[in-house]
Amino acid sequence: MTEDANDSAAVRTDGGESTMSEHEHYEAIVVGCGPGGAAAAAALAENDVETLVLERGVDAGSKNVSGGLIYAEEAAPYTIDDLFPDFREEATERPAEEYKMHNVSGNKVASFDLEEIHHGGTEWCDAVLRREMDSWLADRVHERTRETGGGLLTDVRVNGLLREGGEIVGVTCDELDPITADVIVAADGVNSELARDAGLMNWDEPEDWFQGVKAVVDMDRETIEERFDLDGPDDGAAHLFSGDLFEGVRGGGFLYTNEDSLSIGTVFHLDSIAEERAEPQDLLDALLTHPLLDQWFQGEYEELEYSAKLVPDSKKVANPSPHSGRLLLVGDAAGQMQAQGPIIKGMNHAVSAGGLAAEAFQDAKTRGDPTLAGDLYEQKLEGEGVMDQLRPTRYEATSWLSESSIATSIGSAVMNSPIGRFGVKTFDGLLEKSFNSPFVLGMIPDTKISYVTVPTVIGDVLGEPVSADNEIEPPDLADRIGDLTYDVGDPHIEVLDNSYEASGTAVTACPVSAEDFGGGCYRSETVESNGSKERVVSLDTQPCVECGTCAVVADTHWEHPAGGKGVEFKQG
Amino acid sequence: MKLLALTKGVPDFSEGAVSFDEDGHLERGDTPTVMNPNDEQALEAALQTKVRQGGTVGLMSMGPPGYQDILEEGMESVYADELYLCSDREMAAADTWATAITVATGIEQMDETPDIVFAGFKTADGETGHTGPQTCWALDRPLITHVISMDVDPEAETVRAKRLVKGDVSEIETVEAPLPCAIVTDPEFEPVYRKAEHRLRHKDLREETQERVKNADDHLTVWSQEELNLDPDYIGLDGSPTIVSGVDPIPKAPDEREATVIEAEDEEGMREVLGEITQYAAEGD
Repeated sequence: MTEDANDSAAVRTDGGESTMSEHEHYEAIVVGCGPGGAAAAAALAENDVETLVLERGVDAGSKNVSGGLIYAEEAAPYTIDDLFPDFREEATERPAEEYKMHNVSGNKVASFDLEEIHHGGTEWCDAVLRREMDSWLADRVHERTRETGGGLLTDVRVNGLLREGGEIVGVTCDELDPITADVIVAADGVNSELARDAGLMNWDEPEDWFQGVKAVVDMDRETIEERFDLDGPDDGAAHLFSGDLFEGVRGGGFLYTNEDSLSIGTVFHLDSIAEERAEPQDLLDALLTHPLLDQWFQGEYEELEYSAKLVPDSKKVANPSPHSGRLLLVGDAAGQMQAQGPIIKGMNHAVSAGGLAAEAFQDAKTRGDPTLAGDLYEQKLEGEGVMDQLRPTRYEATSWLSESSIATSIGSAVMNSPIGRFGVKTFDGLLEKSFNSPFVLGMIPDTKISYVTVPTVIGDVLGEPVSADNEIEPPDLADRIGDLTYDVGDPHIEVLDNSYEASGTAVTACPVSAEDFGGGCYRSETVESNGSKERVVSLDTQPCVECGTCAVVADTHWEHPAGGKGVEFKQG
Repeated sequence: MKLLALTKGVPDFSEGAVSFDEDGHLERGDTPTVMNPNDEQALEAALQTKVRQGGTVGLMSMGPPGYQDILEEGMESVYADELYLCSDREMAAADTWATAITVATGIEQMDETPDIVFAGFKTADGETGHTGPQTCWALDRPLITHVISMDVDPEAETVRAKRLVKGDVSEIETVEAPLPCAIVTDPEFEPVYRKAEHRLRHKDLREETQERVKNADDHLTVWSQEELNLDPDYIGLDGSPTIVSGVDPIPKAPDEREATVIEAEDEEGMREVLGEITQYAAEGD
């Protein structure tokens, strides 16, 4: 008897601590088939390592969202098209040739050209939609890993680490019996359950995260090319937005052109969203309805998908030692997401890290000791310069300028004073130049001055008024949620403390919830008992987009739904 | 391992598909034929065995030439390798006994006798649940019915299965049978793939089948009465001892019925109701 329905269901009753010696074994397990997992799997397969890839979505990419631009950097140890030839021809949208930043003050806008910083050190940069991109990668990953004796499986959620004698030896899954491996590459995204199981990452501080919200908007290719003034399908544009259009919340917006749609979104510091009690969907709408965007919409707006995700702030959380025993973290799971001012790069670093993780395992094998893989991986991340991009030392010098510091208050006052405004006017050209400087960007502090005050003053002093009326009406939250309701199976999030003090922030910060909405994931309610009134929150996980926001801002026990369950992004 | 699943085409009784005449009789011509829903578990059990143990799955049916579509559908859903259809006018209008004799002869005609024959619980049109067990009787092999999960031990050459025994209290029995044998699945049967290796093989089979389905004809064997060397007196209508004297449609419940509401606390009312029920039951009317 090797396997039986009723026997096997009882296998994992030991909390992940293995007592069985005869598990299914693969040389390598890669968890997650985004760009980091795909890169690791491809590089492992290249070395003929028997590799099993486990993806929890119904299809790779169905759980993924990104802005998204994917970069190939000249100095990177691995690029996605090195590992997957034809990637650009078959899996991406349009190259982001034009790169502009719009500083907004009311209806005045001063636009800077950021092509120097965007193209500097960059081989190419394309807009992507993750469902299409990741599923394309997954097909190739399956083909290559199958040749090694492994392969890729979808609909499988890895829910924890398998340990023997306290040592990590494999993974446990909802849908499969425990599996052991010589190396485990966790590329399971920003809400990595494996990283947390291993104690390598946590969800403690809102300051460590950004929250991204995105709308994919339908627009046919000819219209895109005409309205963005593009030279055919191999041309595309990227626009960034900052200033006073987001009610003082620290962050900004973006717009990228796809083949026949636009990706438009916002990225904010999660602590700022929480403090300001901002509603992410309203912030997105503030961007969508700004007069500046009328030149592209011209009164037409059809939203194909509303999505959201957490983004790790690598400056604070990129783990310089992202490994424990046989477990190596890659990509968002390790906090490897570079977001510095107008520079947002994540997928390229995940690809580098995935390639380096595979390389480290191969080197460790060559040395006759696979357990060295983690240390070698750490050395490679450092040696190849990945860590320096993720956590620039220059940032450390300015990070003491926190939001509450006196220096920040003075800075804001100066910036808004005639002196500051005079400076902006005087150094007009220099300002654009400084935005194009990786040196300057690497030390931009995470304060309101950088994200709101400076762009607003620039917009006000240097900007030209935009006279257009943007009359589009984005769908309301109920309509957006209507398209995002899935079978989540058993509720995967549990509110541990439902008092408003502990978990009320989720009502506003959750991108599919709102105060005064009544639908969505989180609602606030007033409960009367024994004559006293108490404000509490309730949760319905049905429309959950699995972004992880509530895991940080509320008191919850947060897990992903089982394999194949939960949100299924069609665009991503 | 050689595996064979039996299937049958039945009228599609689902809402919107089925058609009845004014007297409530089924209009076969206007009702599409589909694979018998209970056969799905038999096919899944065969596929699960193929995935875990390797080998081939054959699908067999008895019926008109149009049943080829049902078999091809089965090939797509459970990645069958070979299709067999026993089809001849002489076989028409058979009852379960004559069908079992015909199908068992077909099974014996196969190049290699299957190690396990799988059948579904019962058909949506006949509802007897006889054909699977009778075919097994005709083949003279052990049978396990109401199977909800199973696995094969290739070394011991046995099948161990869990069967659902429904009664006042439902029980699950674990039984073992030597190969070759027959399995009748319960509607509660669900295939289980808890090993990555098995899911990967399942995925391989899906890809392989997509190619095979394009040339399904090349994998179909059709046997006539003559080719099976069957005595016409033992098959079809002539070979069927069962005589259906008539079919009465189940009367529809009246649109409106009288109802008297009795509250649970109303002891007297409850006593009256119990009295009426007892009397009704005693009269048998």
